[in-house]
Amino acid sequence: MKTVPLSTIAHGRSGDKGNHANIAIIAYTETGYQHLRHSLTAEVVKLYFVEWNSTRVERFEAANVLGLNFMLYDVLAGGASRSLRIDTQGKTLASALLEMHIEAPDRIEEMRRSGAS
Amino acid sequence: MKRVRIGNGCGFWGDSLDAPIRLAQAGRLDVLTLEYLAELTMSILALQKAKDPAAGFATDFLDVLQRLAPILHEQPKLKIVTNAGGMNPRACAVKANEILAVTKLQRWIAVVSGDDLLPNLRALLAAGHRLTNLDTGEPFESVKDRVVSANAYLGAAPIAEALAAGADIVVTGRVADASLTVGPLAHVFGWQFDAAHLDRLAAATVAGHLIECGAQATGGLWINANEKTHLENVGYPIVEVEADGRFTLSKPENTGGAVNVETVAEQLLYEVADPAKYFTPDVTANFTTVQLEQASQDVVAVRGGTSNGVTDTYKVSAAYRDGYMAAGMLVLSGPNAVQKARWSGKVLLERLAAAGITFEHSRVEALGAGDVVPSSHPACDPPEVVLRVAVKDSKRAAVERFTKEFAPLVTSGFAGTTGYTTGRPPVREVFAYWPSLIAKSAVVPHVEVIA
Repeated sequence: MKTVPLSTIAHGRSGDKGNHANIAIIAYTETGYQHLRHSLTAEVVKLYFVEWNSTRVERFEAANVLGLNFMLYDVLAGGASRSLRIDTQGKTLASALLEMHIEAPDRIEEMRRSGAS
Repeated sequence: MKRVRIGNGCGFWGDSLDAPIRLAQAGRLDVLTLEYLAELTMSILALQKAKDPAAGFATDFLDVLQRLAPILHEQPKLKIVTNAGGMNPRACAVKANEILAVTKLQRWIAVVSGDDLLPNLRALLAAGHRLTNLDTGEPFESVKDRVVSANAYLGAAPIAEALAAGADIVVTGRVADASLTVGPLAHVFGWQFDAAHLDRLAAATVAGHLIECGAQATGGLWINANEKTHLENVGYPIVEVEADGRFTLSKPENTGGAVNVETVAEQLLYEVADPAKYFTPDVTANFTTVQLEQASQDVVAVRGGTSNGVTDTYKVSAAYRDGYMAAGMLVLSGPNAVQKARWSGKVLLERLAAAGITFEHSRVEALGAGDVVPSSHPACDPPEVVLRVAVKDSKRAAVERFTKEFAPLVTSGFAGTTGYTTGRPPVREVFAYWPSLIAKSAVVPHVEVIA
């Protein structure tokens, strides 16, 4: 099975609110978004970050920007105020998730980032 | 067609000190916003105010105002809206007034307050406001005696009111970040804070949310940024808004950074839970109806933010004392650097335990070994890693003793231990974050124009 990192077909950004973090994964194309809608579930994300012990992961859709927004509850070990990690606010989470390997989709050429900005 | 240009020159206290000056210089702005308050800034400011009744605001703002003076002379209509007031907006405004006098600027300053709930906390609790923890459901009683600050996030209405009263500079305490942008727009376009205007308030909230983190909209943190993005002179964000709420997002000409659908989409969803319900005091905004389109080089057109109602509560952010913490670092190099770093962490903590010192919480990280990025699997053994050990405890003495345990490793640790040049790490008091809600009816925003 050929795999590619998620970053092949999406970008994103993570943020924090107290002890919770959000990870927005934004597909480069509509085709990629539909693929991720089916395959990048909250369960997949929860499993990927199992080391960080999130109590619950919820997924929201923002189809208008080809985005899937994941809320990871209680994942920040106390958050900006109390976490003992160097990354108190989960700044690494988006890039980390984008490095997750996924099965290379059949229509991958319709999902890559096109052109430069 | 009237358009209002609002630029945000500061995303948080600690952001660039030059950005506000450059933005005001080149941005052709009607309004400059400056955002200074992160979740926990208020606790630090509260302590400052406790020691000195004339303190408790973001002093960087005064330096910025001083440096803005020549620009304010050149741009007499430029308004400034800032939450630099922190825990003491009145003292901030008084000091700002002194700077205006010295620099011979004629400007009216207004203070927006009423967000500080601490003086009234007992009465509020007695009246039945629970301030239950929004995340955990824990009762406020469990932290009540350790609270150092409690502030409601006020909305845009008092800011609009201050501008309507003739203020050129509005200094607030805690307000919702997006409200710094919504307030001036409501004022200029004559929007009321009623049901008929909720969609426009939502559109303005999108604008405020996009610019509130400064360079995060204009190339900062963009996944695809590289050397050619020229972040060394990144331009800060400007929204140009029309009366119906449509706007463009851009940055000043001849600046680095990038404004494109990617950078804007990344910022749109930053720190958002359910994008259909982005809660602010002014409106519950629906970000899933927003449409982004590249209009021209580094200009993105934004339309479509709509309302999902409005709540009858303010968010309250309280901070309470929760012990002390410290973190120290050393570099381990040579073969087996990762293993030596982990052994060093154990050695350090075991030496303390042998001296009778243990900690309620401790953490050892080997930076460079994959400890920071979850689920990362470094392919090879790095030649060097940074050992980081952090502890938290309710006893200050224990944490202070911990800070003395790094230096000995330089001679009694493992080969390749280095990087001890910065001295003992500092001990910092921990202020934990307590989010809750309070009925809007229990809070009275106050606007005062000072001479």
